[in-house]
Amino acid sequence: MSQILDAYRGLKLGDRWDGAPKVVRWAVMLLVIAFAFYLPYLNILPFAYIRTDLSSTGSDWASVLFLIVVYMIVAVGLNVVIGLAGLLDLGYVGFYALGAYSIALFGSTNSPVVGALQSRFGFSEEWAVPFAVCIPIAIVMSLIAGVFLGAPTLRLRGDYLAIVTLGFGEIIRITARNLDNVTNGAAGITQVPVPPGPEIDGRNFFNTIDAERWYWLALTVLLLIIFLARRLEHSRVGRAWLAIREDEDAASVMGVAGFKFKLWAFAIGATLGGLAGLLFGSKQQYVEPNAFMVNLSFLFVAMVVIGGSGNIFGALLGAFLLTYLPERFRAFVDWRPFAFGVALVAVMILRPQGLVPSRRRAREFEDRRHEAEEAAADV
Amino acid sequence: MSEQRMTQDMAVELKDTSDHELIEMHTSGEVGETLLEVDHVTLRFGGVVALNDVNFEIRRGEILGLIGPNGAGKTTCFNAMTGVYTPTEGKIRFKGKEIAGTKPHRINHLGIARTFQNIRLFPEMSAMENVMVGCDARHKTSVVGVLFRLYRVRPSEEELPDSGIRRSLAKVFGISRHTLEERAGRRRSMELLRFVGIADRAHELARNLPYGYQRRLEIARALATEPELICLDEPAAGFNPAEKEDLMGLIRRIRDLGHTVLVIEHDMKLVLGVTDRIVVLEFGSKIAEGTPDEVARNPKVIAAYLGEPDDAA
Repeated sequence: MSQILDAYRGLKLGDRWDGAPKVVRWAVMLLVIAFAFYLPYLNILPFAYIRTDLSSTGSDWASVLFLIVVYMIVAVGLNVVIGLAGLLDLGYVGFYALGAYSIALFGSTNSPVVGALQSRFGFSEEWAVPFAVCIPIAIVMSLIAGVFLGAPTLRLRGDYLAIVTLGFGEIIRITARNLDNVTNGAAGITQVPVPPGPEIDGRNFFNTIDAERWYWLALTVLLLIIFLARRLEHSRVGRAWLAIREDEDAASVMGVAGFKFKLWAFAIGATLGGLAGLLFGSKQQYVEPNAFMVNLSFLFVAMVVIGGSGNIFGALLGAFLLTYLPERFRAFVDWRPFAFGVALVAVMILRPQGLVPSRRRAREFEDRRHEAEEAAADV
Repeated sequence: MSEQRMTQDMAVELKDTSDHELIEMHTSGEVGETLLEVDHVTLRFGGVVALNDVNFEIRRGEILGLIGPNGAGKTTCFNAMTGVYTPTEGKIRFKGKEIAGTKPHRINHLGIARTFQNIRLFPEMSAMENVMVGCDARHKTSVVGVLFRLYRVRPSEEELPDSGIRRSLAKVFGISRHTLEERAGRRRSMELLRFVGIADRAHELARNLPYGYQRRLEIARALATEPELICLDEPAAGFNPAEKEDLMGLIRRIRDLGHTVLVIEHDMKLVLGVTDRIVVLEFGSKIAEGTPDEVARNPKVIAAYLGEPDDAA
């Protein structure tokens, strides 16, 4: 027994995980997932202290969990763009908004688009596009937006790409605010549909009161997305992204279609952003342009960067910390921006590669720092 | 790369007896036909003439040497052939098709691969993964295919998994093309690493490999893209005589696999020893072409390389 422990000691967590027998890994994974599903009911001391609704001013615990998971979906999507393909996207909120607006525009009886469809085809006043149809609409819209934004701009490298995407995020929000006769402008769209489900206690299965059901739904989506994202990472696509990140010219000479794969990264990221937006809009049942301010984009990027880009679990951790901590410490609301700033600076100084980066990313960081030091020494 | 993957690769390593079948080139062309044609190419950068009316051809199945003193335009010529530069005048044709203006990755798909004079591996990838990137150039699985694996292939008997349930599932639903390609890619990469002689450190990061290994790894990566023409840009740079000797053997074996080889080199001994024909450049112009013997006797070449004291080469 002690020998086994010795062999384990000194290994990084990732190695231990990879070295563990398959049964153990499955068991741990299932336990973690089961615990995640149980979280809304968490009431065992001392663990219950992580709940956010301990005092009367706290926010609803299940709602906070839901928001965390939605942002986790965002982080996983943005991690594909930033962490895997190495493209800095500062307008990610644009896709998030598009997802939310897709479901609102087509699924809400309050939306002018649905109103136009009703009068055009003579549908009744209660008619709207069914929820199940809204999902593919939202996915396709954000996918198309990703391709449209990516196709002309991915020829830019580095900072220039960041600037253009930053503009994109704002364009979406301002358009939504000003197109009164399509999006209701600043007033927003109410009665955004919820997923269909059996009626319980005279209420829809997905309603504004039982937030844990939304949380479970989002968590299921998240697990599916993590599964797919990991498939991508360990395939020719992931290798192509890595090759592009390391040496784009050498990669293209080796037959890697750089532009194509970067565009795919963008499109996949956009789709996941849209999906998260859809969940968010549907849970709120209300969508307005002010919910998609540009600082949300920065928050998303901060999640990926603080957590550790290139590593899905880093992105998840980043999303968790940056969503959970402000909610848990709502009492110190005035100090939150300050604490956020200090934390950001501290992470950048002490651990620029992020809290749990992918190992490759950490090494890339080291290399670049050495290069910079050498360059400085040369001067 | 995770431990688990590593053990998978090791298993591949052990199971596979070294056989060249995996890495042999199967081409439809005939040995001796023109593969690549550099047709009176001139390349100017502003007022500088980097290539002046250079004209030669590479024939299928040969080892062609492209030599010349420093600054003679070898690498420029090379870059023009691999699509980095577009000739100012003249044409470069590969299998009769003009390749000027074609994107680098397209040129690779056409069947030209190259190595770099200053090594350009993917440093954070293992040797194996580097070669896998090369193999991917010929793989067909798309992004959607990777995600959903809906493209199923009926597996042959030896591709079926050993264990019961998985075996039955694979029999009913087939195996996704992605899985088969990954597997084939791993096997082929291993074979290529063995072919160039660096299989013992297949799972080390490229950046941690010794210099000679890195050079060989570049060759393996280029070979993985199944090129009809492989261009080696100063493959012997920094090698000692024994390593050069090894390299000469390797270049010959590459040709024997069915590739056509273009070698750019400084080292006269290596070039004379391994090539079938040689093209000599000096100051951007071709000054000689012929068999190694002819070239070695050519007074212009001797002058360019050894002769006149005013020549810095």
